[in-house]
This record gives sequence, C-alpha cells and structure tokens, in this order.
Amino acid sequence: MLLGRRFDERCVNLQRRGLMVTLAPGIGQEACSVGSAMALDRSTDWFVPQYREAAGQLFYGLPLAQAFLWHMGSPLGFLIPPELHMLPFQAAVAGQIPHAVGLAWGLSLQKKPGVVVVHFGEGATSQGDFHESANLAGVMKAPVIFFCQNNYWAISTPSKLQTASPSFAEKARAYGFPGVQVDGNDLLAVYQVTCQAVERARSGQGPTLIEAITYRLGMHTTADDGSRCEPPGMRDAWRPKDPLLRVQLYLKQLDQWSEERGAEMDQEIAVELDRAWQTAQAEPPPSLAESLSHVFAEMTPRLRAQAEANRENS
Amino acid sequence: MSDMSIVEAVRDALEFEMGRDDRVIVLGEDVGGSGGVFRATEDLQKQFGTSRVFDMPLAESAIIGSALGLALAGLVPVVEIQFMGFTHNAFNQITEQLARIRYRSYGSLSAQVTIRAPFGGGVRAPEMHSDGFEAHFTHCPGLKIVAPATPADARGLLLSAIRDSDPVMFLEPLRGYRLIRGAVPTGDVTIPIGRARVARPGTDCTVIAWSAAVEVATKTAEVAAADGISLEVIDLRTLVPLDTDAIRESVVKTGRVVVLQEASCTGGYAAEVIATIQEDADMFFSLKGPMTRVCGPDTPYPVQLLEPAYLINPDRVMRIIRSVLQA
Repeated sequence: MLLGRRFDERCVNLQRRGLMVTLAPGIGQEACSVGSAMALDRSTDWFVPQYREAAGQLFYGLPLAQAFLWHMGSPLGFLIPPELHMLPFQAAVAGQIPHAVGLAWGLSLQKKPGVVVVHFGEGATSQGDFHESANLAGVMKAPVIFFCQNNYWAISTPSKLQTASPSFAEKARAYGFPGVQVDGNDLLAVYQVTCQAVERARSGQGPTLIEAITYRLGMHTTADDGSRCEPPGMRDAWRPKDPLLRVQLYLKQLDQWSEERGAEMDQEIAVELDRAWQTAQAEPPPSLAESLSHVFAEMTPRLRAQAEANRENS
Repeated sequence: MSDMSIVEAVRDALEFEMGRDDRVIVLGEDVGGSGGVFRATEDLQKQFGTSRVFDMPLAESAIIGSALGLALAGLVPVVEIQFMGFTHNAFNQITEQLARIRYRSYGSLSAQVTIRAPFGGGVRAPEMHSDGFEAHFTHCPGLKIVAPATPADARGLLLSAIRDSDPVMFLEPLRGYRLIRGAVPTGDVTIPIGRARVARPGTDCTVIAWSAAVEVATKTAEVAAADGISLEVIDLRTLVPLDTDAIRESVVKTGRVVVLQEASCTGGYAAEVIATIQEDADMFFSLKGPMTRVCGPDTPYPVQLLEPAYLINPDRVMRIIRSVLQA
C-alpha cells in the first residue's frame, strides 16, 4: 500500500516536471486495490485493473519499472510478463469488465481453478458494458468478482448522479448474485469480503459484486482535477479515514508500527523507486518500426512496407 | 467434393473445426437449440454439447468482450452476430479492445477470435438488417476482414480465420447464403487469408468486387461477353490484408478498372482499392483512363421497396463499363 502511495506521488511529481504523461493516481483508494489483490492466488487467479490501479498492480507483481514506462508513454509499459495473470491498464471506462467475465467463464469451462477480480469505479456501472457483463456473468455463473470502487466522483460528477439506486451493491440483485458493501478504506475489511467472494467463486457459486465505499483523495487525473466541484471541506473530512493512516493505527496497537519504522520503510521505498526509475529511463526510445510488428502475429505486406519506409526515413 | 450453399459451407467448416480442435467454441444469439437464425450452426449443439455451443444473452458487446476474455483463457471462440448492423452494439469491444489487444500488450497477449456476421442487402430484410459496414472495420488496425463470395471460399477461409491467432471479421453474403451453391472440397482444405482470386479471366477491363458483388460482376461479364467485351473479375476474398499483387497482375494487363461496392459510396472500401492502384507506379502508368467505382448511393440502406433501385446490378455496371472503355 505504501509503495502504491509513494509510486503515485512520485509519478505526479514527475508528471509536473514534464517527464510523464497524463496519469490517474489512486491516492486514497489503495486499500481497495491491494486488499482485493491480497485475497487472490497469483498462480491461478487474475487481477484485471482499471486505469487507477497502480497500487494493486504493483502488489500483484507488475515490475515497478514497467509501471513507470507506462506512465512515461512508452509502449514497453504495455508488456505483461508471461507469468503474471494480469491484463494491461484499461483506459476505456468499463471496457475491461466483459474481458474479465470471459476470462473467468473460460477458466471454469476448462475446469481450471482460477477466479478473476475486475476493478472499476462507480461511474462505470452506468456503462452498458457493466450491465451486459454482470448479466452474462450471472447467467454463466462465471467465477468473477466485480469490484466497484465507489470513490464518490466520476471526474466531477458525484455518485448520486450515476444512479437512482440506493446503493451500487444492490444492482447485483437484478443479475442474480449477491452484492455487498464494504468500507473501502479498511484494508482488512476489503480483504475479508474479497476472500468470501473468492471462496464463493472458487466453489462454483458464481459472481459477487463488491461496492467499496472510498474517496478519491487525489485528482481524477493530472490533466483534470475534479476537486473544483467538491463541496468545501468534504475532502478534509475524508483525510482522517485515509486507508494508510488506518493501517498504521492498527499496527501501532499491535506494537508493529512506529514513526521510526515508517521513516525506514519510506527510505527503502524511495531507494526502490529511484532504482526502477533509472531502469525505466535507461530503456532506449521506442521504435515505431518495432511497434508495427505488434499489430498482427505476422506483418501484413502493407505493414512491412510501412516499417521499411519508416526505417528509410529515420 | 460436395455441393453446398454458402450457409451449408459455413456450417460444415464449423463442424469440421470443432471436431479437429476442442478449444473451438461457438457463441451467439440463438446459435444453440435453434441452430442460428440462418441455421449456420444447425445441430452443432446437439453434436458438441452445451459446453461448446452457447446461446448468449442478447448483448453483442458482452458477447464480443467476453470472447476476448475466453480467448485469453485459452479457448478459441467463434462468435456469430446475427446481422452485421448489430456489430455496432459492440463497436468499442471490437475496435478498441479486441483489435488492439496484441498491440496494447506489446505482443504479450493475443486473441484468436472469429466474428461471423452476414451483411448486404437484397433479401427484403427488416430495416437495419442489410447494412454493408465493412469499411467501418477495414479502417481499424488489428482486424483482418474476410468476405468470401462462394461456398468453397466460405469453407476454406473460415477454417483459416478460426486458426488465425489474430481477430478476424468473417463477413458472409446474406443474399448468397442459400442462392449461391457450388462444389466444396471437404476435409482439411483451407484457403489462405490475404489472397484474391480471378473469378473470371478477361482482357479489356478489370472489375474488382467482394462478397455478393462478385456475382454481379460475373453476370455483367457474361452480358459483356455477348457484346464482345472481355471483363476480368477479381474477387478480393480478403479486404484486410489486401492482395495488391493479384490486383496488379490484372490491372497491368487490362489498363482499365471498375470497383464494385454494394455499400454507400463515400469513404467506402472501393476508395481504398482505387488509392492502392493509384499509388503503384506499375499499375498507374498502365491505366488507359480514369478508374471508377460503382456503389450504392449515400443514403442509409433503404427499406424493402427501394432495394431493387438501390442495389448495384449488371445493367448499371455494364453502362458504366461502356463509358470507362470509351474514356
């Protein structure tokens, strides 16, 4: 969680210095991302992110340098290491949800053991792809967990303008599977409900919709700070519920946390981030000709001609 | 060899490939018990069971989007969309997701998915059931677009499409589904994606067509032959990738080009074919006059009573060929 927080902070900082492209930090939502990933078995299960999921992706095994490369705008950031059961960042709201359902359903058809967790925001539940996918998952009893992070804001639009339903969780009822609400800033609660949903999915009982109530403490993206629409004081009221503070408080009670330990961890993470940032920067600039070879398994005659022309021009 | 209609050839290819490769699954609306609205999947569910042939909820975006996920899980989905016009309900999933999964994973993921859909008019189908939207997809990098005109090609190309590790849109000529019959080789006989064929050899003018328009072209060639005009008909078979070599061989020989496109004119694939010829020095310098295209007018596809006037036919194509030959 702390790594995810520091990664996002570092990226925003680098973006402000012109070294990174537009990005969506997950500051304030790390418990959702990491707590759900903690409930998975990396050897069989899949983690399907939205675009605000660096904390969970890093936790699940995305190499740090890879995450930096993505935020630098490099196509190398797209690469998913073969052993990692994860789909790439998804920029289209709700676009990844049917993939997760197909993946989960496909695993169960082949009697493979995996389950799939797919992340999206409350705004995504207004998309047709959410409805179509949830409906399909219910019919096929796909082992998928729909993880809805209700962070209150879709850019600048408050969650109450997304739906007339009293909650997002209760939408599950219409699809024939359970929907549960959880405090999305409570790491252990998120972990617990996700474990229950994973257990349900693994035992063939089908999907669960989890609505995690959280708050976007950062910006929508570095290009669009929706906070101009936030009621005064709202963000400040959420700050004490910051999931990192709550984990620290809990660990303190167990005598597992101190200011010194916190400073040490920050220092270790800073070194790790520095190293990964150097690795990412050391990558040679991406080549357009190379990217032409990733459209099809084999280049078409026209792509070959375009690659050739590109080599002559460069 | 056996005699089949196009829809029978499609069904035969599906049966053959499902028997050969147990990763192949069929999904779509009404493809199970009913065997598909055109019976292209008739009895496949009986034969292969309900865990390989799926009647899906009526939701094209989820069908295509989940097919991508199914492929990532290791299966080989063949999707039926009942009419091509309905692919637009899944436009984002096809163009932004399926077509670019290889690119947006830097080659680390891919989706072996075939989308079958009938298209084109002439069967008095309800409004929005006859659209020829192939150009909406030929402009999308990462998709292969196959559009056969004969039963033998439908079978051989569908086998290739299912085996292709990239997504293929397999467009079937609605008008020819039952009307066009022919000898079809059985067994494991594939036709490679990306190769056009000479549907009829000739010397005076090259007529380029795909799908149902190939029949219009060959009928025109018969009429022309009676008048002493020799037309060479090129059936593209595959729109992406385009077989430029086959086009070049014909155009260099005839020096005249007419492209048939059933869909409305502006921005259509005929323009791409003509631009490809124009850019190629060998072809361009062999031209004896301007190239032209015979297309539908720039209206939405019309309702039934207007169809005969809307569709391209041999009379209209012949008139245009005469003017091309005089230019």
